[in-house]
This record gives sequence, C-alpha cells and structure tokens, in this order.
Amino acid sequence: MSTWLQKLLPPKIKRTDEGERKSVPEGLWTKCPSCAAVLYSIDLERNFSVCPKCSYHARIGARTRIDLLLDAEGRFEIGAEVRPTDALKFKDSRRYVDRLTEATKQTGEDDALVVVQGSIRSIAVVLAAFEFDFLGGSMGSVVGERFVRGVNAAIEQGLPFICVAASGGARMQEGLLSLMQMAKTTAVLTRLADQGLPFISVLTDPTMGGVSASFAMLGDVVIAEPRALIGFAGPRVIEQTVRETLPEGFQRAEFLLAKGAIDMIVDRREMPDRLASLLALMQRLPAVV
Amino acid sequence: MKTTFLDFEQPIAELEARVEELRFVQDDSAVDISEEIGRLAKKSQTLTKEIYGRLTPWQVSQVSRHPQRPYTLDYIESIFTNFEELHGDRAYADDLSIVGGFARFGGEPVMVIGHQKGRDTKEKILRNFGMPRPEGYRKALRLMKLAERFHLPVMTFIDTPGAYPGIGAEERGQSEAIGRNLFEMSRLRVPVVCTIIGEGGSGGALAIAVGDTVLMLQYATYSVISPEGCASILWKSADKAPEAAETLAITATRLKSLGLIDRIVPEPVGAAHRDPAAVALSLKKALLEALKPLRNMDADELIEARYTRLMTYGKFREVEVS
Repeated sequence: MSTWLQKLLPPKIKRTDEGERKSVPEGLWTKCPSCAAVLYSIDLERNFSVCPKCSYHARIGARTRIDLLLDAEGRFEIGAEVRPTDALKFKDSRRYVDRLTEATKQTGEDDALVVVQGSIRSIAVVLAAFEFDFLGGSMGSVVGERFVRGVNAAIEQGLPFICVAASGGARMQEGLLSLMQMAKTTAVLTRLADQGLPFISVLTDPTMGGVSASFAMLGDVVIAEPRALIGFAGPRVIEQTVRETLPEGFQRAEFLLAKGAIDMIVDRREMPDRLASLLALMQRLPAVV
Repeated sequence: MKTTFLDFEQPIAELEARVEELRFVQDDSAVDISEEIGRLAKKSQTLTKEIYGRLTPWQVSQVSRHPQRPYTLDYIESIFTNFEELHGDRAYADDLSIVGGFARFGGEPVMVIGHQKGRDTKEKILRNFGMPRPEGYRKALRLMKLAERFHLPVMTFIDTPGAYPGIGAEERGQSEAIGRNLFEMSRLRVPVVCTIIGEGGSGGALAIAVGDTVLMLQYATYSVISPEGCASILWKSADKAPEAAETLAITATRLKSLGLIDRIVPEPVGAAHRDPAAVALSLKKALLEALKPLRNMDADELIEARYTRLMTYGKFREVEVS
C-alpha cells in the first residue's frame, strides 16, 4: 500500500523496517527497528509498543491508542455512522473503492479516524485517534466529518477535545474534497475556542501534509511522541527541491521542540498521566495525578 | 509581446505565423492579400475556439500555468486603484511570493492579497516561483487582521504551485502558518472573496482561499496535489499526469458541480493571456457581483454563513449503527 508513505520516510528507517518484517517469524519475537534488540512480542505489547531497551516508539493503531489513553469504562464512539463514498469515481492503477475495501479488511476500520467519548484518569474528554494503517491515515471527507462531530460533541457537553494524529496528509483519492477538510476541521476548532474548551493536539509518527497544515499544529497545547516525523512537506520532496542533504534529525519531534513549534515531547507510557495533568490544569480542576 | 503557444496549440501557432508572414509581405506586395489575411485570421480564431472548446483537464492545467497568464499584480493594476503595497510579517522577512496591501475597488477601500509569480528568470527567483514560505502566509494574515480592524473587505487571488518545500520553511513552521490562516480566515469579521486565477496548488493555495465566495477563472485549476505529483505517487510515473489530471477533478466545471467553488469567471477565446484586458473586465464584473451581497451582511451573519458552508464540505454516506 504505502509506497507514497515510504517515500516520506528517511531511507534508513525504511530499510530496517522492511528487512525486519521478512526476517522475523510472525508473532513470538520482534526485533526493535531502532536498536535491533530482540524482544518478546507480548512484552513489547504490554509496554505499549515502546522498546524497553531504547524507548523506540513503534506505530500503534487507533483502537490500541484509545485503550492506552481512556479509562476502560464509560466509552462510546462518535461518528461511526459516517462512511466513505467514492465521489470522484477515482481510479489510478486501482480503484479507490477497492483500496477502501482492502484497507477495511486490513485494519477492521472503515476509515482513518476513530472518535470516542470517555475519560482520562476520570476527566471526561472527547478523543479522536488516527488509524495510520488505513490508507496512510489520510484525511478525506469521513475523517473531516468525524472530527467535526467529535468537536461538536465536546462543545455540547463542555468537554475538552484531544486528537492523536498519525497521517501522511490529505487523501488524494478524494481530490479537492480532501483539501477542503483542512478548512473544515480547522473552522470547527474556532467554535471550541469560543467556548473556552481546551484542544490538545498529540502528534505521533508521522504527522505530515494536510493534517499537519490544518488542525494539528493549532492545539492549545501541542505534544509530540519521541522521534515522531512531523512536517509539511515530506523529506524526499524537500531533498529533491533544495538538492541538499537534510540535517540530522530534521522534522523529528526533538527538532520541532528546539525550533519552538511544539510544547513538549512525552513518552507514550506517561501520556495518560500527562494529559490528565494538563487537562486538570487547563480546566482549573484539582490535581488528579 | 509574442504569444507563447502550448504543445496542443501548434495548429493555431502555425496559422498565426502564416498570418504574421503575410502581414509582413503585404506592404511590398503588388496583389492585395488582405482578404487572405482576414480569412486566415478568422480561421485561426475558429480553430482556437474549437481547441479550447475541448481541452482535457491536463491541457487546462498547462493553460493555468501559461508563462504569459496574468498574475495578481496584473489584476491589481487593471482592476484596482490606489494600491498601497504593505510588506513583511513583522517577525522574519518579507516574502515576495505573496503581495498585498490597501487598494480601491470601484472606488471603495479594500485589502487585496495574492500569490505572485515572476515573469523573467530574475523575478521568478525573487518571487520564488510563487511558492510562499511561512512568512508569506503570516504577512497575508497580518494584512487580513488589518482589514478586519478597519472594516475593509478582503479580496484574495490564488496562483501558486504550492507552499515551498524547503528546509527553512519547515524550520519556521510552514504547517502552523497555513493552519493558522485557515483558522483565522474562517472567522474573519469582514467579507472575504477569493479568486483562483491560475494554479490553485494544494494547502499553499487554500491558506489564502477560505472565504465567503470563491470564484475561479475558466482555465484555472485547483487541486489537492499537482497532476504530476499524484501520478508519480499513485502510478509511480509522472508521465501519467494527464490521467491524474482527469481523475483528480481539478477544473472549474468539475469543482463547480462538486459545490466547492461558487462561480466560474469566463475567459476570452484562447484564455486569459490572449486578451488580458478582456479577462480583467470579466473578473471585475464578477468581483463586484460577489462583493455586493456580502457588504449588506453584518459580521456575525457573515461568519455564520461562511462557517455553515465550510461544514458542508465533503462527500460521505451515513449508515445505521447499532
């Protein structure tokens, strides 16, 4: 699927990643793509897919993310009724509808954003999480609409809104309709701001293109996971344009922090506590953690 | 200025060259060939109409990037008066790929902002081929906020291959700059009329294209990604750009039917560059008509209507969920 996405990735990581999948028998053991430590898969899962040796943060799906962040009880999903359609009858080497079907088969999701209302350490929130494995987490009409319904639910109930991004950008197969989702998702945040409700944007690997250039950088607080690739243009495109080798660590979370683009980098394992702490502070609630 | 012809215009180019040649020899000629010249000129006009009547999206895309196509400053010159250009984002630099300032439109003060490409090599570099860096978007936003402060309508002109993919642009927050503009434009308390005049290249175009009314010139394009970019990603070959242009729905007619633009502004036969004065007139008329109803709305109504429209963007279906 994700050749366009692989283009986004620096060659080094891509190589190790591809090499890995082939050499490791499925299931039992996983080799860390960063430090090459051989890890017991169940241990890795228990550690939220963070390498216990080097803290490398592997990508995780939307549902795993939600399980990691939200309290187990009192969850319900928002916008699941919104489903994709192929308005342009888009066809490249394959039809868009076939790509959708396959993505659903692969991920069990019917589009790239899952929105759930629930609580983090007992603080009520609406949480949106991107499913990167669904067409590269690309933002089309469904992602935009679910985002809007999530923010509206937050407004109606006076709750904070949190979005965990993992996306290659706008979904080409929906043409300009996908570009307009940038304007739509951003506009709804003006209403959240009018109500004085917090928006926390969590950027994970990767957050690029139309997602990064719309709501993702507009959080009242912007948090990134360690080493996440975050930027507007993909590294390859930039390299081809400027014909220079990109500086070490370019477009990584640590680089963005140094440039003043984000507020903080938070380890995935500490994310629920840190979010709860921030939410309590921003809403003048007693400390919860 | 000599017209530059695109590949698919070669038959027109040949006719025009023949007309030119005859005009040149006419003075020395013993026989009257003015009739022949007239006949050929008419034939060329008919042929242009015919070719432009059935342009493929890929051809339209080439017309939208035509080197002689009128740019923002050309329209400012022909449609506006008293242009007072304002410079800089007050933080880092003055990005010359976006121009803007106070001006009068039909005698009334407005704020005009647009992408600007260069004509010759030197100016192209100065204007960075119309590809803004974050400071360009921040300058644009500064001017929009200025317009809001003085209750002036904002008129933007979109013509860019896209936001500049450079190291410095990333370092200075290209994403944030674009996102911020989308956010602020959606709640700007003055009328905003946007016109796609040439290339509407993705996020870099949208960053100054959120408004109450979106106009589009007949042979302009507006796309989430360039046909070449899309082709090289999805087909793994830039040669498939014509196919990509077709399926991406980038032309004014397709976008009008999708409800993403409000009105198509007609261009003269053979497109804007063949008759800049005619297209300026056509655009001025459309802008006057677009602005008129907006002037009668108060700020809250304006924002509400703009917001409602932004929320309708997108095509999806809804199912029953248990």
